[in-house]
Amino acid sequence: MFEITTTRHNHLIDPILHAWTWQIPVYLFLGGLVAGMMIISGFFLFRGRHKEESCSCFYLPYISFIILSVGMLFLFLDLEHKQYVWRLYTTFQITSPMSWGAWILILVYPILLANMILRVPKSVVKKIPKIEEFSKKILEHKWAVKNIGIINMLLGAMVGMYTGILLSSLGARPLWSSAVLWMLFLVSGLSGAAAFVHLIAKNDYERKLLAKSDNGFLVIELFVIAMMIIGLLTSSSSHMAAAILLLNGPYASVFWVFVVGMGIVIPLFIQLLAVNQKIHHTPIAPIMVIVGGLILRFVIVSAGQLSHWF
Amino acid sequence: MNQLSRRRFLKISGATIAASTAVTSLGSVVKGAKKIEEKTGTSIKGVQKIPTYCSMCFWKCSAIGYVKDGKLWKIEGNPEDPLSNGRLCPRGTGGVGAHYDPDRLKYPLIRKGKRGEEKWVHVTWDEAFEFIAKKMNKIKKNYGAESLGFFSHGIGGGFIKHLLKAYGTRNIAAPSFDQCLGPRDTAFEITYGDVIGGPERTDIENAKCIVLLGSHIGENMHNTQVQEFSKAVENGASIIVVDPRLSTAATKAKYYLPIKPGTDLALLLTWMNVLISENLYDKEYIDKYAFGFEQLKAEVSQYTPEWAYPITGIQPNVIRETAREMARYKPSTLVHPGRHSVWYGDDTQRGRALAIMSALLGNWGRKGGLINQDVFDIPSYPYPKYPETTREKADNPNHKYPFGGAEGYTTGLREATLTEKPYPIKGWFVYGTNLLYSLPNMQETIDAIQKLDLLVVIDVVPSEIAGYADVVLPESVYLERYDELFAPYFKQPFVSLRQPVIDAPNDQKPGWWIAKQLGHKLGLDKYFPWKNAEEYLDTRLKKAGLSLEIMKKKGVVKGPKIPLYFEEGMDAEFDTPTGKIELYSMHLAKEGYDPIPKFTKHAEPPAGSFRLLFGRAPMHSFSRTQTNRLLTNVMDENEVWINADIAKNYGLKSGDYIKLKNQDGVISNKIKVKATERIRTDCVYIVHGFGHNSRMLKGAYHKGASDSQLITKYKIDPLMGGTGMNINFVTFETEV
Amino acid sequence: MARYGMVIDTKKCVGCTDCVIACETENNVPEGFARDWIEQIAVGKFPDTTVEIRSERCNHCSDAPCVTCCPTGASHHSDLGGIVLVTPNECIGCKACIESCPYGARFVNPEGYVEKCTFCIHRVKEGKDPACVSVCPTHCMHFGDLDDPNSEVSKLLQKRRNHSLIPEAGTNPNIFYLT
Repeated sequence: MFEITTTRHNHLIDPILHAWTWQIPVYLFLGGLVAGMMIISGFFLFRGRHKEESCSCFYLPYISFIILSVGMLFLFLDLEHKQYVWRLYTTFQITSPMSWGAWILILVYPILLANMILRVPKSVVKKIPKIEEFSKKILEHKWAVKNIGIINMLLGAMVGMYTGILLSSLGARPLWSSAVLWMLFLVSGLSGAAAFVHLIAKNDYERKLLAKSDNGFLVIELFVIAMMIIGLLTSSSSHMAAAILLLNGPYASVFWVFVVGMGIVIPLFIQLLAVNQKIHHTPIAPIMVIVGGLILRFVIVSAGQLSHWF
Repeated sequence: MNQLSRRRFLKISGATIAASTAVTSLGSVVKGAKKIEEKTGTSIKGVQKIPTYCSMCFWKCSAIGYVKDGKLWKIEGNPEDPLSNGRLCPRGTGGVGAHYDPDRLKYPLIRKGKRGEEKWVHVTWDEAFEFIAKKMNKIKKNYGAESLGFFSHGIGGGFIKHLLKAYGTRNIAAPSFDQCLGPRDTAFEITYGDVIGGPERTDIENAKCIVLLGSHIGENMHNTQVQEFSKAVENGASIIVVDPRLSTAATKAKYYLPIKPGTDLALLLTWMNVLISENLYDKEYIDKYAFGFEQLKAEVSQYTPEWAYPITGIQPNVIRETAREMARYKPSTLVHPGRHSVWYGDDTQRGRALAIMSALLGNWGRKGGLINQDVFDIPSYPYPKYPETTREKADNPNHKYPFGGAEGYTTGLREATLTEKPYPIKGWFVYGTNLLYSLPNMQETIDAIQKLDLLVVIDVVPSEIAGYADVVLPESVYLERYDELFAPYFKQPFVSLRQPVIDAPNDQKPGWWIAKQLGHKLGLDKYFPWKNAEEYLDTRLKKAGLSLEIMKKKGVVKGPKIPLYFEEGMDAEFDTPTGKIELYSMHLAKEGYDPIPKFTKHAEPPAGSFRLLFGRAPMHSFSRTQTNRLLTNVMDENEVWINADIAKNYGLKSGDYIKLKNQDGVISNKIKVKATERIRTDCVYIVHGFGHNSRMLKGAYHKGASDSQLITKYKIDPLMGGTGMNINFVTFETEV
Repeated sequence: MARYGMVIDTKKCVGCTDCVIACETENNVPEGFARDWIEQIAVGKFPDTTVEIRSERCNHCSDAPCVTCCPTGASHHSDLGGIVLVTPNECIGCKACIESCPYGARFVNPEGYVEKCTFCIHRVKEGKDPACVSVCPTHCMHFGDLDDPNSEVSKLLQKRRNHSLIPEAGTNPNIFYLT
């Protein structure tokens, strides 16, 4: 028998680490969505789909702008020393993925703006008529639009990857210690964004394309999760124990039923049938994907804090 | 009640008290203190260092209080102090928490309502003294001054003791005798003509082999003992621990003997058998200094290791091996005489066995054994003679207990109060001891209290006994007052001064002031000729060639070195009838008791129940530190240690809460389970001092369970009245 | 630069928590929190159970992940012996450092910044030992320069069997426990 007693009982630390609660998984989810939407929008621009009037590449950046701001608000709410938040922007700490993230998120805004400017809302045009001119001018330059697309894809990818790198750099939480975590968050974000854009797409081509892409992303996501688990199971005993938390332990039911089942396998099955025209497209599948993505992040953040070195 | 003006009815509930003195749970101890009305005498900028001596337990290490910008910051040891060598124990370090304790007594209180209801009227000191004096005069008139008893623990009780002696009573008792070290000191006095004392005369740091029977040094945090024990461990001393529980000391032991509770005397007698039969004892020493060896040899010949095995559960080869180990290092083998020795009612005889073992190993007066002690003599204050008493003391009528008695018999005094024999006791003063938690069988104490016309409690926290008092007088904590000089018998004589480090935050007052003021009300001014404590102390110090001024700067002054061992010049004289170490006791034989200890079996717990054992935690003292927020931060409730297999059988795991029910049907508060591989299957263990039921102790209320509540059965030691308390058996109530 | 660390003798430690309380008063640690703590680990079956008692705190790791992960540089190594410190008014309270510490040594001060053991750097600057080391009644704690072969801590590590905590986490902790 192995008995450990401690006199420590620090709030948020003991008996189980829970310093990061709902604000972080919600931000991770919203950030992932934005990453995916930026990549999708950027991709359409890169491929010249801005010529299509109903292309989602025109309104996606606005949605991204709002969702990202909400996400950053939650990040801000998580801070315990809010009045010093500006300290993030008086330095760049090269070893800190959170510092990278702070700067990446700032850079995202002008880059979203570059996408937003391709179609400006009527209310703004009324106030600043010159903007419509400017917008039209850019749309004519294929080179400009293409590059706006490229940087949106790039920054979107960076937003989608850095959070995974951030968590995986925190070696004290064995569950997060996986070289594929950045991939998991990226592909999960892409999957959620594809599901979302599929729901709101204004033309049939995009609707179909995004459903197919989502299926692709879901398959990759399943593979990445499997790789992550295998990596943990073949590592140290602390890492094995971390993986067991999801497979067999306190998080097993949420993981298998909601993350894998509802979040990936079932919508994948439904969407495969839909793209092969066996059934009509239904909003149920993409909604499952989106909710599953949120739950995935809650599970990773919570179970990660439960995992520890022995 | 009469002429009480300016009353403020205080029904003790959360709301009324909390308002002015609340400390938010997340604010620091220091920050929270800002909300207590602090009258800081001098808001001097910077750090002041003021020496004093500690009162968090009874070791009384010298300390230095640090005051930063007028606020109490921290307490460190005084490097000149022979007891602590400049390092305090966790209670001493946490003394800051006693000053800032939000639950401490703040104002004099007079009871309104029934005893135990905890309903009070907040009064002025004058009103309180008037009330008390009136009652005391009435008692004197109707029953005689001896009908007032005094229960005291702590050096601060000295002034109150003086007052009550001046008033005319000698019925004074301290729980430290009948409820603690009485059997041990009585046994050693019978054997060697001298006591072990406190601080104990143990030369732990030089011992090459240390035997602890139940002594849980390291959890029992008497500073010098722990420091020396750790030195001995570092020096590779062979540690032998005999304990039903794997104590902290046991984790450092070379030999751990998981003895069946109640059988230590059997083991000791068997060790004597082995030492004698294998000729391992110190023959030269015994020939020179001891009396009664042949009788001892004859008596212990029956106690073989094979005989002891089924009784103690310790294998014969282990008994032999440990006896030989002790002999290997003699005379530097210390069989620790223990301290709290009131276990089974035959404890003086067990103390005798410990004393005899020490003699066989030749360690009295030798390095690593039981050594010399002396005192730095400070003459007493020249008081007029106390009034003569006409009647014998009530605590030991007809000399029922033939031995001991220097500190009075607490249970005897309680008994006299209950039975009114030999004469009624109608008033009690209680200083610094929570009698409901120190005396066994709470109900008897409560019944005795109901017979009183007056119960005055002087304390620093609203302990359970305060809930039954007619008057509660709040003393300032040690950091806030002058007090008696401390000059104990010790291997390095010294004298230390207690002086205020910081002002008391509310209307608390020092014991000397309380005694003097009440003395004035009683017309006893001639016994308080000094103006204040400073004058009292300076007068005494000057007679010893010191002065208050010197002491205020230094805090502690050492006396000259003394010879510690026979070889250095310690007197090899024994104040016994034969003038020798009495292995065979003439005193005991004369009074008709076993002159050499005999083993008797004690009742074992019936199937399904467990013997209740209790002890100490190093961060708490008795039942009075459980509202000190610095100390509760590291331990705020006790746990019941249950053997892991037993716990499993009951479906219990660590962290579950259960209640304990004793053989008389008393059920404790709920207590956390510690399922552990560190205790036998036939007993359970809890730390003493928790399970408070006084609602005024908000920080401690209902945290953990109280062993005192469960100790309804006790066996009185016929030699000196000690109350053996390890005889209660409990079962588990898993529905809480 | 010196490399400050501690060597703690678990054979002498009795787990009295004096170190915890001394730290509380010396550093005005907020009520309910602790910068250091006592752990007891019991292994085996009664009566052959063995127990290790340890006084633990921030290990001031040489490769401290709490320093590398900090986005503002508030968490840093001091020039004085590499002691790991947090500058309160540079800390934003993001808690990445708390997540990065394998030992759970950090906590959030109610005022919002992250707090932990500082090796009592204010005392070290005056040539004194940290409060926990100075108060320990069993003298089981030692503080000093681990890179100085003649220091007491270095000599103890050469003489006695010792271990650090979770060395496999790769942080290179600078507190060693003698067994």
